[in-house]
Amino acid sequence: MTGTQIFFLIVGAVTLIAGLMVVTVRNLIHAALWLVATLFGVAMIYAILNAGFLAVVQVVVYIGAIAILFIFAVMLTRRQAADTGASINSNWWAGAIAAAATFAGLAFLLKSWSGFSKQAAAIPSGFDAVNQLGNALTSPQGYVLPFEVASVLLLAALVGAVYLAFNKK
Amino acid sequence: MIPLSWYLILAAALFSIGLFGVLVRRNAVAILLGVELMLNAVNINLVSFWRYGDISLMAGQVFAIIVFAVAAAEVAVGLALVISVYRRRNTVVAEDLDLLKW
Repeated sequence: MTGTQIFFLIVGAVTLIAGLMVVTVRNLIHAALWLVATLFGVAMIYAILNAGFLAVVQVVVYIGAIAILFIFAVMLTRRQAADTGASINSNWWAGAIAAAATFAGLAFLLKSWSGFSKQAAAIPSGFDAVNQLGNALTSPQGYVLPFEVASVLLLAALVGAVYLAFNKK
Repeated sequence: MIPLSWYLILAAALFSIGLFGVLVRRNAVAILLGVELMLNAVNINLVSFWRYGDISLMAGQVFAIIVFAVAAAEVAVGLALVISVYRRRNTVVAEDLDLLKW
């Protein structure tokens, strides 16, 4: 067991436990705060995977914007969301079976794949992942078109969200 | 070193937890929280395939960034819908929103 492996196991366990709390805890504000913990764990997984830029974007965009948006939405709908009735529906056992079956199916499929226990190749010296990512996102030979389409999608979603949430009275 | 399988199992477990949340929660905001967990699980897979494949091909990271943008758009529209529904019908419980059910 190397130090990285132990760190990965701790981070993975924290991520999964926080994820379980997100889907089971009753108070929705607490669920949103557990989501922040999960997202932070995923950011650390990105850092272990040498994707430093994505780790930063995960913290800024997911925790800084999306999780806060969730907390706002919970507060704006609080009167009904304030724990009246059950937080999970009566068919929860069917959902649990479906989720367990999905996990078992994915684990079985992955186990039969030949590259399952592949080891990472060493990063070549002088390789700058952030530089490569910036080039890939902005060069016409790379992914500039999908990147622009994503920004147009974001703009359209922004306009749509403002229109939907706008109070016409 | 960490084998690829650890990341894939972690992502599969996180996806299943998110799926459980989507299937069992009654509150519409909580359902969206489950969707976020599933999107994060997919992103872990994309980034780990980038790291364990050819590291000079950036497609894995680029696709992860596009998933970020799609997740942000999904949350913005989804929460706007929830707030709009709450304003009109005074509920955010998904099973009460049965106007289209005949």
